[in-house]
Amino acid sequence: MSKLLGSRLDRMPDSIEAGVDTRHGQVLYLENINVSFDGFQALKDLNLYIEEGELRCIIGPNGAGKTTMMDVITGKTRPDTGTVFFGQLIDLLKMDEPSIAQAGICRKFQKPTVFEYQTVFNNLELSMRTNKNVWSTLFASLSGEQLDLIDEILETIGLVGQRKSLAGSLSHGQKQWLEIGMLLMQQPKLLLVDEPVAGMTHQETERTAELLLALEGKHSVVVVEHDMEFVRSISRKVTVLHEGSVLVEGTMDQIQNDRRVAEVYLGTLC
Amino acid sequence: MFSRGLLKNDLGGRVIFYLLAAAAILVPLCNLVVPETSVFYLSSYTVTLVGKYLTYALLALALDLVWGYCGILSLGHGAFFALGGYSMGMYLMRQIGERGVYGHPVLPDFMVFLNWKELPWYWYGFDQFWFAMLMVVLVPTLLAFVFGWLAFRSRVTGVYLAIITQALTYALMLAFFLNEMGFGGNNGLTDFKDILGFNIQSDATRVVIFVLSCAALAAGYLACRYIVESKLGRVVLAVRDAEDRTRFIGYRVERFKLWIFVFSAALASIAGALYVPQVGIINPGEFAPLNSIEVVIWVAVGGRGTLYGAIAGAFLVNYSKTFLTGSLPEIWLFALGGMFVLSTVFLPKGLVGLFSKAGKEDG
Repeated sequence: MSKLLGSRLDRMPDSIEAGVDTRHGQVLYLENINVSFDGFQALKDLNLYIEEGELRCIIGPNGAGKTTMMDVITGKTRPDTGTVFFGQLIDLLKMDEPSIAQAGICRKFQKPTVFEYQTVFNNLELSMRTNKNVWSTLFASLSGEQLDLIDEILETIGLVGQRKSLAGSLSHGQKQWLEIGMLLMQQPKLLLVDEPVAGMTHQETERTAELLLALEGKHSVVVVEHDMEFVRSISRKVTVLHEGSVLVEGTMDQIQNDRRVAEVYLGTLC
Repeated sequence: MFSRGLLKNDLGGRVIFYLLAAAAILVPLCNLVVPETSVFYLSSYTVTLVGKYLTYALLALALDLVWGYCGILSLGHGAFFALGGYSMGMYLMRQIGERGVYGHPVLPDFMVFLNWKELPWYWYGFDQFWFAMLMVVLVPTLLAFVFGWLAFRSRVTGVYLAIITQALTYALMLAFFLNEMGFGGNNGLTDFKDILGFNIQSDATRVVIFVLSCAALAAGYLACRYIVESKLGRVVLAVRDAEDRTRFIGYRVERFKLWIFVFSAALASIAGALYVPQVGIINPGEFAPLNSIEVVIWVAVGGRGTLYGAIAGAFLVNYSKTFLTGSLPEIWLFALGGMFVLSTVFLPKGLVGLFSKAGKEDG
């Protein structure tokens, strides 16, 4: 599975490469983020840095602010204070969701969200990185290279046989993969993946881990997940969120041996 | 042929096309050539009636495009239809000239009656056919653009959007009822004499407008089919089914909605412009909220999200309306409500869904 990601995905259009300045090695900067909803402090002085090409897992008990953090990065929620930068130069707080997506940050929702009444092929086609304004969409047609890219992604996510099936007819796990495939079609710099293995069987979970590991190095990937075994299987570096700010960062072993983490999170599991 | 390719996988569309082509050839023959004593003779009344259905079908098509494909439930599409009708009506009024009851060379009768001395500025230019036709497209397009821009940018969706579209058409109705607005108030615009110099009452003129209505419906159908088969069509389907997902893969959802809404408004308006010369009157009643809701019922009964279903629904419901309001006027509204309820409960894909289901079972 992993070798397939190599060829075409590496050839990103120059525009994104030029657009995101990662000379300092960081692809995402979140600094002093505060978000509150009706008095509830969802994010409190959150600071988080994601390195280029890293696969980062974010864990934390319910209400720790994981999803809110993703909302802030993708432009769905505006923070009360703080700064969010994509590379050195792109200020995400000045952009709306479509422009953030076009700049190269893609998001997989917690609940798999695909276009159920369209085929798997069309789901991927719609997600493809290309000119997405109205008129060029009206007259768009697929080039041979674009078709090849779709085929390649189909193979990567293991849905070649379902190419012409309606996305709504896929199993839960297949929908999750399709959604990851849709993110890959956008050739993003940064993928935000919310609970990719929720509700998956053991085998599906393993395949998903393989899929995400294959992305490491080529894309920065941020995974929010509850499944500790899964996190251990994929992650080099784990960030623990608690009550809207970062509690600890480190390897899974460090995290599990950390007394504070055990108190707020792992302790309750053991 | 272009249309051949577009309709290759569209059986319903092909059926509609053959029927329209047959109507455009046979109706003029049966009305103008066949003698009145023959069983094949079609009365001018029938020609006009079917012509009226054709314009309704174009309106239903416009609504199906925004509702069936993009999920925008517009309960105000009648407003765009009526605006197109008024643009055409204003042209026809200016053509009356001195033949009006008061014989004023410039002012329409109702203005003379109101003691107006001059033509209001917004009536200028409507003596020119090309200008009126330009306005048919421009006025509703502009209204739809401003309205859609405000609504979609603020992310008003679903039932809230439906309610404000309803408010839009209601507000326009109240405005057009006012005599001071200068559109003939309660009575609207009527007593038309001729169009481009041809007597609007003559059989030949009626037949020409009928054929033009067929052509407009066919062209509108092809345009809509092209749109829904294009990538843009798939984007609007995506917006209908998962708006947030569409936004997060980089599409400016509000622009797509705006584009499709404006296009649909223009289609509805063209339908209105063809409607007025056939029925001979346009009044503020056309803006009535009930009219717009009826259009939704046509589309629901026929089958939304298919395009040809909308056309079939428009014909079927309107034929029932003509038949029932003629023979059993008191039950018409019950029948209308019944059709809507029955099709919603038992035929979620409308009548055409019934056929495609049968077709699949056969295959």
